[in-house]
Amino acid sequence: MNDILSGLQAAFWLVVQLDADLVEITLRSLQVSVSALAIACMIALPLGTWLAVQRFRFRRGVIALLNALMGLPPVVVGLIVYILLSRSGPFGVLGLLFTPTAMIIAQIIIITPLIASITHQAMRELWAEYHDLLISLNTSRWQRVRTLLWDGRRALLTAALAGFGRAIGEVGAIMVVGGNIDHATRVLTTAIALETGKGDFALALGLGFVLIALAVSVNLAVHTLSGTERGSRW
Amino acid sequence: MVNKILPLAVQGLHVRRQGRDILGPLDLTLDATGFTMVIGPNGAGKSTLLKALHGVERVSAGTLTWSAPDDDVHARQSFVFQTPVMLRRTVRENLRYPLSLTGVPKAQIDDRIHHWASLIGLTDHLGQSALRLSGGERQKLSLARALITEPELLFLDEPCTNLDGRATRDIEILLLEAYAKGTRIVMATHDLGQARRLATDALFLVRGALRETGKASTFFEHPQTDELQAFLKGEIVE
Repeated sequence: MNDILSGLQAAFWLVVQLDADLVEITLRSLQVSVSALAIACMIALPLGTWLAVQRFRFRRGVIALLNALMGLPPVVVGLIVYILLSRSGPFGVLGLLFTPTAMIIAQIIIITPLIASITHQAMRELWAEYHDLLISLNTSRWQRVRTLLWDGRRALLTAALAGFGRAIGEVGAIMVVGGNIDHATRVLTTAIALETGKGDFALALGLGFVLIALAVSVNLAVHTLSGTERGSRW
Repeated sequence: MVNKILPLAVQGLHVRRQGRDILGPLDLTLDATGFTMVIGPNGAGKSTLLKALHGVERVSAGTLTWSAPDDDVHARQSFVFQTPVMLRRTVRENLRYPLSLTGVPKAQIDDRIHHWASLIGLTDHLGQSALRLSGGERQKLSLARALITEPELLFLDEPCTNLDGRATRDIEILLLEAYAKGTRIVMATHDLGQARRLATDALFLVRGALRETGKASTFFEHPQTDELQAFLKGEIVE
């Protein structure tokens, strides 16, 4: 109980004093997660929608694979990205290992299947509703995907927020490929892991509360800006 | 309006689903003008016939020969479904959607939207979500969305089911106006009174087979088959 109270106290002072380190790692957390989310959304939203609209031979297999990939162990993703980006790996020449870019790549791999699966689920229901109408209106495949993406945007927002939640809270993969280097690749989750390892539970908890507050704030901001859950709307 | 896609010659049209015959094989010709009513008991294949002609239903066998190239045919026809499908958008955007697909000049789009919104009495609801409309309003919007592109051929699948008398009358007025302007109409209905009011000719389907067809006057007044006679008397035909 004392640790939690100390954690709350530490979090309070860190925020009130606008601790420079805290601001830096919070901004880096946001930069990495939002970048990964933006790129993952560009891949996953059209992919999930296309899977809902398109019929092809191995569709079921692809959907099953996508669902299975939602449970990808982050440490394994980190390891694979590490091997690919290490000096002896195929992309070693790019010199990306232990940079925020490597962390973004790892997060994209982790959250893309999650966003695509949620998108597919939501779009499948919308497509069942729209199918006859859009066929009747002689729409092209691309027009159907675009219509579903636009009309299902609230469900897609949920998919994106789920992806953001997974990305901002991720530690295993980014610890491996980022290295938790101070002033370079340290983010909130890796800092929490470090402080816990050092036995500074109060600071670790403080950072944890900041992380939770950040995730909640982003969700609230997105909902407010997009106008969902208004009092007059069910 | 000059009808470029009709007449349509249908030969050996056959629809099978999960190993079961749903429709046909049947032959028929759809002339360039007219208001055709498709009647028959439940499960006769009325909706399937309309959807197969329109291209929404996959055809197992048979040929549809239109009077225009296949690429042009689909863009010149519309379909109104029994349960109106509303895009999750405003009334205005529901009306705009088909126009944006068919390349209508932007300058004309707003004029057409306002014209049709006023015809269906939804001018004050243009900015409202279509999902908030009543059943009758949804069906009128669905009809307006189908007619706003000025199709040469309009299919309607029991559009007045579950609507009250006033909404049904409003829809019939819109249909008669479209017909007067040259739109070819093919409509399935359960309502024999409505069929008599609107039809210039009719088709009678039973268990997926075309049993009788003819001009409305002879079809309703002098039916040839026992099944149609019984159906028109209100007896149960299976």
